[in-house]
Amino acid sequence: MTAPSPVSSALPGGLGVLRAAFGRPSGAIAGGWLVLIVLGAIFAPLLTPYAYDAQVLKEAFQPPSLAHPLGTDEFGRDLLTRMLYGARTSLSVSSVSILISVAAGMTLGAAAGYFGGFFDRAVTAVADLTWSFPEILIALILVAIIGPGVSGTMAAIAVAYLAQFARLTRAQIMTLKAETYVEAARSLGAGHAHILFRHLIPNALAPVLVSAMLATGDAIILEATLGFFGLGAQPPTPSWGSMMSSGSALLFKAPWIIVFPGLAVATTVIAINLFGDALIAALDIRDKLGSKP
Amino acid sequence: MSPLLSIERLSVAIGGVTLLDDISLSLDRGQILGLVGESGSGKSLTALTVTGLLPLIGGRIASGRILFDGTDLASLGPAGLRKLRGGRIGFVMQNPMTALDPVQRIGEQIDVVSRLHLGLSGEAARARTLDLMGQLRIPEAAAVAEAYPHQLSGGMKQRIVIAMALAGEPDLIVADEPTTALDVTVQAQIIQILTGLVRERGLALLLITHDMGVVAQACDRVAVLYAGRVAEERAVDPLFERPAHPYAAALIGCIPREGMAEGSLKGIAGSVPPATQFPPGCRFHPRCPHAVDICRTERPLLRETPDGGLVACHLAERIAG
Repeated sequence: MTAPSPVSSALPGGLGVLRAAFGRPSGAIAGGWLVLIVLGAIFAPLLTPYAYDAQVLKEAFQPPSLAHPLGTDEFGRDLLTRMLYGARTSLSVSSVSILISVAAGMTLGAAAGYFGGFFDRAVTAVADLTWSFPEILIALILVAIIGPGVSGTMAAIAVAYLAQFARLTRAQIMTLKAETYVEAARSLGAGHAHILFRHLIPNALAPVLVSAMLATGDAIILEATLGFFGLGAQPPTPSWGSMMSSGSALLFKAPWIIVFPGLAVATTVIAINLFGDALIAALDIRDKLGSKP
Repeated sequence: MSPLLSIERLSVAIGGVTLLDDISLSLDRGQILGLVGESGSGKSLTALTVTGLLPLIGGRIASGRILFDGTDLASLGPAGLRKLRGGRIGFVMQNPMTALDPVQRIGEQIDVVSRLHLGLSGEAARARTLDLMGQLRIPEAAAVAEAYPHQLSGGMKQRIVIAMALAGEPDLIVADEPTTALDVTVQAQIIQILTGLVRERGLALLLITHDMGVVAQACDRVAVLYAGRVAEERAVDPLFERPAHPYAAALIGCIPREGMAEGSLKGIAGSVPPATQFPPGCRFHPRCPHAVDICRTERPLLRETPDGGLVACHLAERIAG
């Protein structure tokens, strides 16, 4: 009965799951693209000799060339430079707003699922109500209230996705709170805070994180849409959405102005979704292994 | 001196249905009291009531009281009960497979009990955890403490659950079917560990089980519950030699023995009725082979047996005699 070691090998944890996601072909390509874009955004000043707001009017409407790999826009600004700086805006606005959304949504959802009662009914009703409107509508209303700009966009995106995270967390917590280990913790004297923060939320985290990852892709589109309407980051700060907006009037004269930012949005969102799928698959494997007795 | 745990004429109701009816039990330090019966007889409910978790499932004490070391549990508020649970009363859950949080390391889950109840610092708690794991004969305690639950076997997990129950230095351990989910060889080890703790440390153990084999092996006294009432309460040896209540006799008849003739292992026909349909009179009479008219109308009261036990059967003398 004495086995060589009582401890069998561990299932992959957080980093192991990431590694497994990168191990799949689609995950590797998508993940690699995302890493590239994030690095490009971070090191933008080192990667390009131009400034994003340097207007050289005599060089306007240049097609892609060696000097300007992605061409120039109607003010003669280097498009690649603006794309790299635009990635900063798009990525940071969408990820920060999703982060806010997850934090607030999880708190509301966890409290609603755990305590139930009137608070639960109120949170669920509001979440259902906001979920019945398209995100873009909620975002437009909020931007109209707060005003255009980066902070307005962030608030709009955060609120637009709040219901999704609140509902998901609530459902997770409601299943988890019936688990035996929660009863065990309670039978050993644990209070509400301990059970919520030490047991329930850590166990509910994985699906919420995956869903947050996928929502970040949607948020990039929402941010670009608001930018396209001129409600996002204000000029001269570049964002992919506002670049597409100015390019839309010049679609036939200088198609590269709208095509490249559009491609950036599309490939980034596809990459996020593919990587999210790879993450789900990696987590799924862990679930299956974990369910073995 | 009064016993450590004394349940006095306890009745418990959930939603207007009385599930425990006039139960009296007592348990002292260094003693193991077995609580046996089929599913639905009220064993686990008794455990929940003793640990003050009854309100959680919407139940309430209808009458009677539970004295723990002379204190009425009803007089303690929620905070007092929380302090008691995991502190002076340790609880061992039924299924070790699900009783541990899958995303927390084993060591942390044990540490937190002594941090909470003994006010130990992180380091002192870990030292105590490793010490406890050693006492429970867990090999490579330091490695196990760093492991996650899925890395351990069922028997090992049950030892961890026992370590958690012990970490708050309890006087009483309530174990709700601690061996049901484990295979037989591991069962024996766990029972040995639990009985060892009682003998060495003078703990009191309330052992809830439906396994009469475990009862015979471990307990000092046994209370047989049927449909929310105590059918018989006696010391182990006389109970097994000459059970006075037909239900106790039937349960003992269900234990397989070496050298039994084929087909001679008995079962008990029928099952415990739901609490809303308990029959009048003796609740066991529809399934009792000896039942006579009085059993159908009159509730049998607990009477003393010559060896100091209690039995609730109109025909006890005739059956045992």
